Parts: sequence; C-alpha cells; structure tokens
Amino acid sequence: MDQAQIYAKLTSVFRDVLDEDNLALTPETMADDVDGWDSLSHIRLVLAVSKSFGVKFSASEIGGLKNVGEFVELIQKKI
Amino acid sequence: MSAELYRELSWLPRPPEDFSARCKDLLMNGAELGGQIRFLATHALDERQLSRLGRAIVSAREQGRSLQPLAPFRLGLIGNGTLDLMVPVLIATAARHGFALECITGAYDQFLQDALQPDSRLNTSRPDAVLVALDHRGLALQPSPGNEQVAAQTIDAAIGLLDTIRAAIARNSGAVCIVQTLAAPPEGLFGSFDRALGGTSRNLVDRFNQKVCEAVLQSNDLLLDVAGVAETAGLADWHSPAQWNLAKLPFSDDYVPLYADHVCRIIGAMRGKSRRCLVLDLDNTVWGGIIGDDGLEGIQIAQGDATGEAFLSVQQLALALRARGVVLAVSSKNTDAIARRPFKEHPDMLLREDHIAVFQANWDDKATNIRAIAKELALGLDSFVFLDDNPVERGLIRREIPEVAVPELDSDPAGYARTLAAAGYFEAIAFSDEDRARADMYQANARRLSLQGQTSDLQSYLRSLEMRIVFGSFERTTRSRVTQLINKSNQFNLTTRRYTEPQIEQLEHDGDAMTLHVRLLDKFGDNGIICVVICRLSRPGAWTIDTWLMSCRVLGRCVERAVLAEILFRARAAGISTLEGLYLPTERNEMVAEHYGKLGFTRIETASDGSSRWELKTDAELGDLPMTVEREQLQLQPA
Repeated sequence: MDQAQIYAKLTSVFRDVLDEDNLALTPETMADDVDGWDSLSHIRLVLAVSKSFGVKFSASEIGGLKNVGEFVELIQKKI
Repeated sequence: MSAELYRELSWLPRPPEDFSARCKDLLMNGAELGGQIRFLATHALDERQLSRLGRAIVSAREQGRSLQPLAPFRLGLIGNGTLDLMVPVLIATAARHGFALECITGAYDQFLQDALQPDSRLNTSRPDAVLVALDHRGLALQPSPGNEQVAAQTIDAAIGLLDTIRAAIARNSGAVCIVQTLAAPPEGLFGSFDRALGGTSRNLVDRFNQKVCEAVLQSNDLLLDVAGVAETAGLADWHSPAQWNLAKLPFSDDYVPLYADHVCRIIGAMRGKSRRCLVLDLDNTVWGGIIGDDGLEGIQIAQGDATGEAFLSVQQLALALRARGVVLAVSSKNTDAIARRPFKEHPDMLLREDHIAVFQANWDDKATNIRAIAKELALGLDSFVFLDDNPVERGLIRREIPEVAVPELDSDPAGYARTLAAAGYFEAIAFSDEDRARADMYQANARRLSLQGQTSDLQSYLRSLEMRIVFGSFERTTRSRVTQLINKSNQFNLTTRRYTEPQIEQLEHDGDAMTLHVRLLDKFGDNGIICVVICRLSRPGAWTIDTWLMSCRVLGRCVERAVLAEILFRARAAGISTLEGLYLPTERNEMVAEHYGKLGFTRIETASDGSSRWELKTDAELGDLPMTVEREQLQLQPA
C-alpha cells in the first residue's frame, strides 16, 4: 500500500469517526485543525485506524505523533 | 461457533449495506423516527456502527425530535477508566431494547464524589438506574498471596467501597444501582494454584464476586455479571493491556457492543420488556427432517445421532425455559395431525403436547399464526421470540411483525440452542414462585379461551370457571410481585405510574392510602396476583385511584367489576363518598381509555393530551358477580 492509498483509507476512517464528510487530511494536519478531534475522538480514531489497517499501536508510538504525516509513516512501517 | 457468536452479536441479522447513509437519513426524514432507529439498532452492529447510530440519536434528540415509541430511560454511568466511549454505544443498543436512553456520566475516576455529593450532576439528574462500572483496578484489589488477613481486609474494603456508593446513590438520587462482578485478569502468578491460594488476584476476584452476588440478593440493586460475560467471551480477549495503557479502556473495545447489550437487557428486565413466549418452528428446528415427507421414522431426533442430538438440545433449552416461566408455542406449516404425531408418538421427543400452550400447525403464513398465538395468550407481540431455521420465514416475520425477536441461525443445528441462549431474550432480575408456575398458568388460560369459543352464554361460562377472587392489602410477602406488576404492566394500566419496592413498602404503612392486591383462582389453577390498585386520599371524602392495573390474561372475566366493588366497599367503610379515576394515555394502554366509562363513572374532563378524569359516588350498585369473594385480612371493617 503506497502513501496515497494510506491517505485515502485514513481519510475515510477519519470522516466516519468524526462524522465529517468533507474532511481532508494533509501531512501537516494536526488535531487542532479539525473540528471534533478532541481527546476522546483521538482514542476513537486510533482504535478505528488500528482495526481498519489490521495493525496495533503501543502507547508510546501514539503518544509521540505530532501530525497526520507521522501517523501515516507509522502505519506504513507496520503494514 | 465460538467467541465470535458473542463478540459479533451473531443472533442479529447483518446490517444493511447502506447503514451509514441510513444513519444520516434519520436526521433528514420525519416519519416514525423511533421505529426506524429501533430497526437499525436491531442488527449485528460493531462498535463504530453503534457509535454512529448513537450520535445520530443524540442529534435527533437535540433537535427536539420525538423518539416515540422508544421509552425514555435515564442511566447514570460511573466507574473507573474511560467510560465515555461507551455512551453512544449504550444509547444505540438501548434502542434495540426499546429505550430512548439518556446517559449521565460522572467525571473521570470521580465515582465516589459523584455518588456522595447530593448536588452532583449524577444525583440531581434523577437517574432511573446507575451503572457502577468498577473493575479490579477501580476497587484496588491489591494481591497479598498467602496472607489471609490482608486478603480479607482487601475484600472488606472493596465491598465497603461498593456499599458506600450504593447507599449514597440510593439516598441522594433514589435510583437503583446496577453493580458488576469482576472479570479476572488472565495474568497469573503461581499457575493453577492461584485459585486455591488466598490473596492472589484470582482468589480475590472470586471472593469479591461471591460477596457482590450475596449483596444483590439482599437488596433492590441489580447485578451485571461482567465476570460471566467476559469468561464466555474469553478473558484473554476481554482484557486488552494495550488499550488500557493507551486509553484506559477497562476492557477491549471489541466487546463494548456485547457489554452494552447486557446492560440494556437488565434495563429491559427492570421495565418488564423481557420476552415471555418462545414460538418454535418444527421441521429442521425442533427435529431434523420434514415430518410430512420423512415420516415418524425418518425424522432425526434420537440420542446417539449427531444431528438428532443437536435438535434435542433445542428441545432441552425450550423445556428449561418453560420451567422458568417462558411460555412455549408452535408455529409450523404442516397438517395439524401430522405435526402432532412426533409429540404424541416419538419416544425420543422431549417436548410433549402439554408443554405447548398454543399449537398452530396449518398452511397460513406465520405472521398470521403468531398474531393468533398472541391473541390466544393475551400477550403483546413484543413478548415473542420466533425460532425458525428457514431464513425466508425469519425475514417475513421481521418485516411483518418487527416487534417479534427473530434470532439468526446458521446452517448447523448444533448451534441453535447456544445462539438462542446467547441472545438473552428472557433476561430476568428475579425468580419467583409465580414465575415457576407461569407457563402452566398461560396454558390453562389458553384452554379457557378455547372453552370460551365453545360456550355461547358468557355468564354461564364464567360461572363454570368456579372463580374465587381474593383481596388483600399490600404487605411484605407480596411486595416484590406487586412491584414487578407495577413496573411491567403496560396495556391494562390506567396511569402507568412506576414505583420502586421501597416506595411500595412505604405505602403499606401510609394511612392516607388504600392498597389492594388481587388474586384470582379458578378450577384450572391459581392465577396468582393479577391486579394492583392504589387509592390515595385527594381531599376530605374523596379517593383518587392513583394506580389500577391488571394482567391481561384475566380480561373478560368480570374481574374489573369485582375489584371496583371491593374499592367501593372499602371506601364506604372509610367514610369516602367520591371516587376519582384517572386515565393517562401511553403508546400501550389504549385498551383502557374507556375503562371508567364502562364501569359507570362519569367523565369530568378530557385534556388535550387525551388524559381524562372520572368520578363515581361510592353508593353505586354493581349487581351480581360470577365469582366468590374472599378477603385475606380486612384492612377496614365496614361501617
């Protein structure tokens, strides 16, 4: 799966979890940029991404993420 | 057939392809929102789908939309760990069970403060019940292997903490608590010896669970057996160390849908929404093969035959359910005499004709048959579960009578009994002598109805029943049955006012209240307590009938008139001259809209919401009754 495919899949997961049909993700996107991306939604997102991609994340991996670009790189390393 | 059955809620049908779009449409479309929500909720939804539906329900409520016929229920939720993720799942799951759930959560890990402070949001929101979702971490069950003294102190402290919370919630909000057993963490220390050695983690959990069960049996609080659910699913999958570390989820999010379903089953049981009748298909459901084609010798039902034993396990479960009060009926596309032959003649059949309250074997469609069974048993359609191996019949019933629960079955009959049990349709929060006798009672009632069909003169039929009606005032021994009736009667219920057991206990000593429980016996047996009345002094010389409810299975037997006669008798004895009746309409009690009119009351007013007030002078004459009247003890002597 290349980065573009990961972005496409990740975007659909984010849209589903956050109920935002028009949400667009870039490598620089951070939680503050997105309506409804609070700490609880963050947990929902991580759990949903983990299920959709069939990968597991540790607390330290998730804690170190700064933006969507780093999240995508983390996913890419695992699949 | 594995943990997947439970994790995926496999007794429910797969969700429609366009589930997400339908959730969105809920907010656009107007009609029958509550029904649509319940339809969507009644599928095998995962955690994300349930969250989505739950959020849509919350949005609809915020828009001020009516969620009828879903019944409002307010649940407090406190405990340790991240519980907020569960809230939308609980809301969606509650819709599956007929509730418009509102969830009041406490602050993170502030369960003790939320319970103890009378002005906490939890207490001031007046919840109907509070779920105390504490696990082994929240209760601080610190292991002390081999140190019995410390172990006993640990258990006492944990039970003490729970008791404090329960007492505080009862005092501050009046709500009952739903308390949990603990799912043991799978990480052992000694191995098998863990369970035997005092003070190990597993030993503490076992002991705590035992004590919680004892506490629940001695109180009005209710039990959510998380230990049982988690063991069934598998403790290794239930506990997720990764998710606990990551987000403080008390158990794996994979199991939130199952957990939520168990919570809502208890809420359903509290409100009398548990199912009461199991309708069985016959061919390839109760036995293997088709009796009409294969004949008595050809069907598979014998012990020692793998397929036959699978069907026997369905029969065993049906019989066990019957023994705990679930009524059994048959709906089969067959010729009646042929369908009955195995029941009469097959030596391996466990089910016999006299276990079946209503036997419908004919060539009508099954929706018509189930409606006929409901009518004969005087039970609402939402009391029914329909077990059928044929997906076409299941689909037909789901479409025609969505109130009926229809479990999905896969092709292997070995899983039928487990699937039926896993669905938890018959959840109960208590088990009484009345429950034990219920199946027989309904059966006798069905026989009465058949007899009624043959008798043209109703009065002589009623007299032939040799009815004895027995009146008593509320008291300790009938308290739990009275409370049960007050909380589950929907149809013949004039005001649908719900009272808790402590409230009923108070009424026993309330000098301004007149209470009645009514028992009916006849030549077929004891129907038990079938009617409850509460009158309150509303002004000098007048009683208002606060509550009048009756079990529908004694309809048409002049019981209403006999009860009114008793109320009048007691009213006159107490110097009361006027009786006031009240009818408050709900979705379910239309049948009693004219109850007071039929009994000779005068209508005083009808409000715009359809409620009405009625009046009757207590010197009214009611005429002869087709039954003998007895009184357990006279509360008041006649003047």
